[in-house]
Amino acid sequence: MEKLPTVQTAQSLGLLPEEFEQIQSILGRTPNFTELSIFSVMWSEHCSYKNSIVWLKTLPKKGKFMLAEAGEENAGLVDIGDGLACAFKIESHNHPSAIEPYQGAATGVGGINRDIFSMGARPIAQLNSLRFGNIDTDRTKWLAKGVVKGIGDYGNAFGIPTVGGEVYFDDCYETNILVNAMSVGIAQVGKTISAIAEGVGNPVYIFGSTTGKDGIHGAAFASKDIGENAAEDLPAVQVGDPFFEKLILEASMELLDAGIIVGMQDMGAAGITCSTSEMSAKSETGMDIWLDKVPLRQANMKGWEILLSESQERMLVVLQKGKESIAEEIFRKWDLEFAQIGVVTDTKNVKYYMNGELEADIPAEALALGGSTPVYHREWEEPAYFEKIRSFDLSQVKDIELTQSGDNSAVEISRKITALPNIASKKWVYEQYDSMVGTVNQSTQKPSDAAIVKIKGTNRSLALTVDCNSRYVYSNPEVGTAIAVAEAARNIVCSGGIPTGVTNCLNFGNPYDKGVYYQFKHAIDGMRIACTKFETPVTGGNVSFYNQSSDGIAVYPTPTIGMIGLLEDSSLQTGLSFQNQGDLIYLIGEQMECLNSSQYLSKIRNVEFSPAPYFNLDKEFDLQEAIKKAIREGIVVSAHDLAEGGLFVALMEKGFLNNFGANIKIDIKNRMDATLFGEAQSRVLITINPNHKETFETLMGNLTIDFQNIGIVEGSSIIINDLEFGKVQDYKEIYSHAIAKKLN
Amino acid sequence: MKIGVVIFPGSNCDRDLIETLGDLTGTQVIELWHKDTDLKECTHIFLPGGFSYGDYLRSGAIAKLSPIMQSVIEHANKGGFVMGICNGFQILCESGLLPGALLHNNNLKFICKDVFLKPQNNSQLATKNLDSTKAYKIPIAHGEGRYYADDKTLSDLESNNQILFKYCSQEGNITEESNPNGALNNIAGICNKQGNVIGMMPHPERCATEHLLNIDGKAILQSIFA
Repeated sequence: MEKLPTVQTAQSLGLLPEEFEQIQSILGRTPNFTELSIFSVMWSEHCSYKNSIVWLKTLPKKGKFMLAEAGEENAGLVDIGDGLACAFKIESHNHPSAIEPYQGAATGVGGINRDIFSMGARPIAQLNSLRFGNIDTDRTKWLAKGVVKGIGDYGNAFGIPTVGGEVYFDDCYETNILVNAMSVGIAQVGKTISAIAEGVGNPVYIFGSTTGKDGIHGAAFASKDIGENAAEDLPAVQVGDPFFEKLILEASMELLDAGIIVGMQDMGAAGITCSTSEMSAKSETGMDIWLDKVPLRQANMKGWEILLSESQERMLVVLQKGKESIAEEIFRKWDLEFAQIGVVTDTKNVKYYMNGELEADIPAEALALGGSTPVYHREWEEPAYFEKIRSFDLSQVKDIELTQSGDNSAVEISRKITALPNIASKKWVYEQYDSMVGTVNQSTQKPSDAAIVKIKGTNRSLALTVDCNSRYVYSNPEVGTAIAVAEAARNIVCSGGIPTGVTNCLNFGNPYDKGVYYQFKHAIDGMRIACTKFETPVTGGNVSFYNQSSDGIAVYPTPTIGMIGLLEDSSLQTGLSFQNQGDLIYLIGEQMECLNSSQYLSKIRNVEFSPAPYFNLDKEFDLQEAIKKAIREGIVVSAHDLAEGGLFVALMEKGFLNNFGANIKIDIKNRMDATLFGEAQSRVLITINPNHKETFETLMGNLTIDFQNIGIVEGSSIIINDLEFGKVQDYKEIYSHAIAKKLN
Repeated sequence: MKIGVVIFPGSNCDRDLIETLGDLTGTQVIELWHKDTDLKECTHIFLPGGFSYGDYLRSGAIAKLSPIMQSVIEHANKGGFVMGICNGFQILCESGLLPGALLHNNNLKFICKDVFLKPQNNSQLATKNLDSTKAYKIPIAHGEGRYYADDKTLSDLESNNQILFKYCSQEGNITEESNPNGALNNIAGICNKQGNVIGMMPHPERCATEHLLNIDGKAILQSIFA
């Protein structure tokens, strides 16, 4: 007779003593070791959202385009017209990537794509959001190279283009890097698949790759701080195989076309345990699962190991009874491993058998989110560093000089800004990703603030972006997160789209740290307010806590916003680049001189603590409405928002494509540096043909929006207030190679 | 004329190619499955890009052993048209239908970007309708695209007009800087001596539709069917 686990066993598996008691009361007995292991992963933060769900529920989830709201399916589902739906989601793979960057990042890409195609949507585009430590350290170089290669090798072979993303380097990510991957897919409305297990007696199949010991307790691993001995957790990192992923994608699409699927879910965190219990819980059914039927890749695996294995590229599907042979023919066509491993029952329990013996017997709803998983209200208090932010004094920061040469000259500082890793081109990264497979990427020849992707067979396109300036969030979690939402929406609007829906990836430190929880709670507040304003419901996403090293240093709070938008006509696509000499340059939005939390302040002047940049949500909204209208009037030649590096960087970036310069004049109220490099929000640079000046100014004049003609596209140099800053080509040289110089 | 596109497990440019060729020729493009040997009377066979069988050994090394390739080789040897793009080019070299090999890029990284190609003659199927003074903007996306062959093979290729495209600058100059992967003699695409088997690393099918705002690839594909 196996000895029953004790509260100490539970604690060693990461459960709290009160959770052990709760488990005993759910089961009406003490769980055996397998059952306890199941609870430990399903009740981990990663699967249960126990420390975040209270606040996540406050986010707006309803909207006129929503086909599936947050929590209803594996990913959000939005109506994009013409009988099509867009499924999209972002997810983190931070902890595995910090230990084994190549496989950690690769399997992150695999996992998020499975979430999309398990719904019956064929992925058409991928994005990612990456955070690394100081670019000059060997650790960062190793991690960045590994992560980028991992994402590239997986995504490239899988054959879905990577069309957008963001990369930041900041010291706070030295130990805990962030790897967030997003996938976007297209399905037919009414022909999507749910993660359900209906119909007592229906067969349950596993298909895809074999099951091994890799990744056991990965979900629990993702739910603790990374300590010195984290590398010893290496078996908790899974290994990816994009070739198999491609095969299960095609097989899944054929199963869908055959119309024989009852429900399907991919196997990610907590493997068979998670998919069987969640699907059963959703349908209020149960399952009998025969673990000895699971195709294995190694001998002598124990029942609990099979249950909790996180081997990649596996799917669980409930088929219509009697249609098994059709499915098996598809599996054989694609040379996949498969087996019927169980049946749907009416017991409401998931029962796992090994060679006829019952190994675990648990009510499905006790394991699934929304059931009787624990829900905690955590305490928060203002973090101590806020005091330092309040004591920021701009008068202590010297301004730049309006000259061409000298360490503190406008031109020299501009060159330095151009080379900052958070501003310079991420070409070294994205050229390692196949961005053009699938022949949908409209942004290759016409770069824009968001990636524009064609919806084939229609005259519409999608606009896709991921955004989060976590320095702003660190400075003010509520305002910073609202800015992240606003910037994502602004990028979509500037590219010609209408913001439609949001997926989020919430990367924070340890939720038991009251300061971290303050950041989390207030970030959600900011997201709620901004998403409500822009009518972009949050369709789902992922929470990643414990991005904190054992010495107590948490990452900047990083609530990454993945947003999709719709171009009701593909021809609305608006590039960011200057197109014609002589076009008029307008600055739309309020010209505020604000250096707070700018790259200039933190990286050039080394000021770590300052408030979030100037931001007014209503003005932002008005700005976006104005840009939308102007684009739909057909008179906007280019549009680019002011982001990191402010006005100067935006001007320069607009010139790169055609090596066009600009001659502008701008009022300097107080400071030259704030005028050029400040990151006050809600500002966009657009260009129009001079013939449209009157139409444009009349249109803007009828709106409540600040706008000013600051100059023209002229020559191949940048001239600001009569000071010659130099050739666009020279800045492009710096901009293009700064990161490669560091990482190669 | 009947066009067939071979689908290997791990092919990922097959759908792009089927769509593009279908639009271009107004014909129904036939899907040819790797496990079959029947070419379904196709006259023009295309091998698409991707990672056939995962390409874990060496790109194209497993694909050449597939049942369909035995029929494709037979078709080529009888003078039938075969074109391989990217992974398809790698498979043709592995199969011995084209000389040389494709090695890891000299920077050891996967590279995806637009490059420029200069047609090297107007005497071959893929180049006969092209402007040999123009630089065509066509994207690459590969990790193993560095064309390599011994000196004898290279000089044969040059003297037989078998080199179709060389990497060049935007202005059309064949320079070291414009060579993205270290290919010998900047070679981007070749054909066999008879001219019926064509291989190229860049992807003309990725720049042949209006919505992508670059249709330089269309000219190359059109040249084949003209």
